Amino acid sequence: MTTLLLAEHSNGALNEATAKALTAALALGEEVHVLVAGANSGDVCTEAAKLDGVAKVLHADADVLEHHLAEPVAALMLSLADNYNTFVAAATTTGKNIMPRLAAKLDVMQVSEIIKVVDATTFERPIYAGNAIQTVQTSDAKKVITVRTSTFAAAEAGGNAPIETVEAAGGSEISAFVGEELSQSDRPELASAKIIISGGRALGSSEKFQEVIVPVADKLGAAIGASRAAVDAGYAPNDLQVGQTGKVVAPELYIACGISGAIQHLAGMKDSKVIVAINKDEEAPIFQVADYGLVADLFDVLPELEQAI
Amino acid sequence: MKILVPVKRVVDYNVKVRVKADESGVELANVKMSMNPFDEISVEEALKIKEAGKAEEVVLVSIGPKQAGETIRTGLAMGADRGILINTDENVEPLAVAKLLKAVVEAEEPGLVILGKQAIDDDSNQTGQMLAALLDWPQGTFASNVEVADDGVAVTREVDGGLQTVKLALPAIITTDLRLNEPRYATLPNIMKAKKKPVDEKTVADYGVDISPRLKVLKTTEPAGRQAGVKVASVSELVDKLKNEAGVL
Ligand SMILES: Cc1cc2nc3c(=O)[nH]c(=O)nc-3n(C[C@H](O)[C@H](O)[C@H](O)COP(=O)(O)OP(=O)(O)OC[C@H]3O[C@@H](n4cnc5c(N)ncnc54)[C@H](O)[C@@H]3O)c2cc1C
Ligand SMILES: Nc1ncnc2c1ncn2[C@@H]1O[C@H](COP(=O)(O)O)[C@@H](O)[C@H]1O
Repeated sequence: MTTLLLAEHSNGALNEATAKALTAALALGEEVHVLVAGANSGDVCTEAAKLDGVAKVLHADADVLEHHLAEPVAALMLSLADNYNTFVAAATTTGKNIMPRLAAKLDVMQVSEIIKVVDATTFERPIYAGNAIQTVQTSDAKKVITVRTSTFAAAEAGGNAPIETVEAAGGSEISAFVGEELSQSDRPELASAKIIISGGRALGSSEKFQEVIVPVADKLGAAIGASRAAVDAGYAPNDLQVGQTGKVVAPELYIACGISGAIQHLAGMKDSKVIVAINKDEEAPIFQVADYGLVADLFDVLPELEQAI
Repeated sequence: MKILVPVKRVVDYNVKVRVKADESGVELANVKMSMNPFDEISVEEALKIKEAGKAEEVVLVSIGPKQAGETIRTGLAMGADRGILINTDENVEPLAVAKLLKAVVEAEEPGLVILGKQAIDDDSNQTGQMLAALLDWPQGTFASNVEVADDGVAVTREVDGGLQTVKLALPAIITTDLRLNEPRYATLPNIMKAKKKPVDEKTVADYGVDISPRLKVLKTTEPAGRQAGVKVASVSELVDKLKNEAGVL
């Protein structure tokens, strides 16, 4: 049987999360088809078809699929379900929204946010904010899986899969898209950035956050992250929150500035390759996971850091 | 309209759990337990909707051991009207929770069910979406704003790229995100009052739902640890280490 991987995309471009989830999907050992559900999303199919290991791309293009709402996308996947025994998506907010809806329709217990494929039915997934790792084996006839993309490498380009059109399974009268406010930024995305600099409550205001964090990020070509405290206080937009309930990241370098290191924050960044912590409290728990700790006032050292790099 | 709020009893968010030496699970003996933080946000939102005159009753439901009754009392002390405890000592997976909740919904006929986006113990993030599927109701997940109107509910959702707003027909499912509201504290008089509010005790058998697990937990292990590194004395030392030792600059 075959695995169906739901593509994460913006209708114009394929998101890198798909290539990472593909690596997990291929590890299951079956042929992988990629489903591109969207509107005017032809370019996404072309990109997906080039990913190495993809056997076929299914393209469902309809207005009702434009915003990837759970109701129509889950209905579409359900209409294709007879041909597949495994359904995979990246654990993005889109994947997390859609996949459990599909799973319940299939009477399957979803395996959420896997970090490792042990074998075709056995997976590792973090629980308790990553303080424990569970190895679970599913006994369901079909499998529904979301993938924590920070722990899988992206599949390379090199394929040339055929693209086949499928029909949308219809709209939904019960839900409708109203609008969106997406953050505009030329900066790298948190999920794919090599360097991330994050600010916490210590920044004190959104002006200070801009003034102190942004120049260093610019110099490093880094993405910007934030703790929940900084986001709640309005210093940074919500989509920058790193942590158990925000984004999970694993860059080459993570620089935590004025962040205490609560378990919920650590859950989102402790798999980074190198961690730097700048905090004026030498007892701050963030130092327990930091490779390099600088006990200092961030308002003094960040401008200095910007000059030094 | 009636609002149903499922609340889960979980290990308190301040506790750093320990994995048992025999890898059979995490240590739960003598650990502080609390209402799942997202569920407190759900209770608060339901109360706000009621206070705005858009709902008449807020009903809490919890599936779990006897002590989950305390979690319900916490929500009643915040101001909810009554509770339903589905008593079981089994570990109930999200799919089975969703099936039990479906049965409660069929009996109670709420106009809204407000769940947390995720339980901070299993970190599954699926029960609300599953319940929506089983009921064929629309879903507004990861809500940071909720506006109830006569013809439906507008839900602003925290998504990876920013915010998205959807309009849902009622009845509907909402799951809450952190920035939806700040849960109130229960006052002493309300804690006293809560003791008299009704809590119905039920069993899984009352709902005829099969809760046998679909996932077998083979083991539970410690995550790969991280060693604390070194303290550097200055920015120049930091930059030097990042360039020449770590090779990341
Ligand atoms: C259900 C739930 C989910 C959560 N999810 C997340 C999540 O996903 N992500 C997340 O981050 N948090 C999350 N949290 C919140 C988490 O528990 C912490 O409250 C939060 O991470 C604290 O943010 P902070 O470190 O910025 O603030 P604080 O803990 O207040 O730390 C500020 C730090 O700045 C230092 N400092 C102050 N001034 C300076 C200065 N001038 N220079 C240098 N250092 C300075 C202080 O010493 C302190 O260590 C969650 C909590 C709950 C209950
Ligand atoms: N045992 C339970 N009793 C009551 N509500 C629950 C239970 N398990 C999950 N829920 C609800 O479902 C939400 C999401 O949980 P989960 O899908 O396990 O992450 C929680 O925030 C609760 O609102």
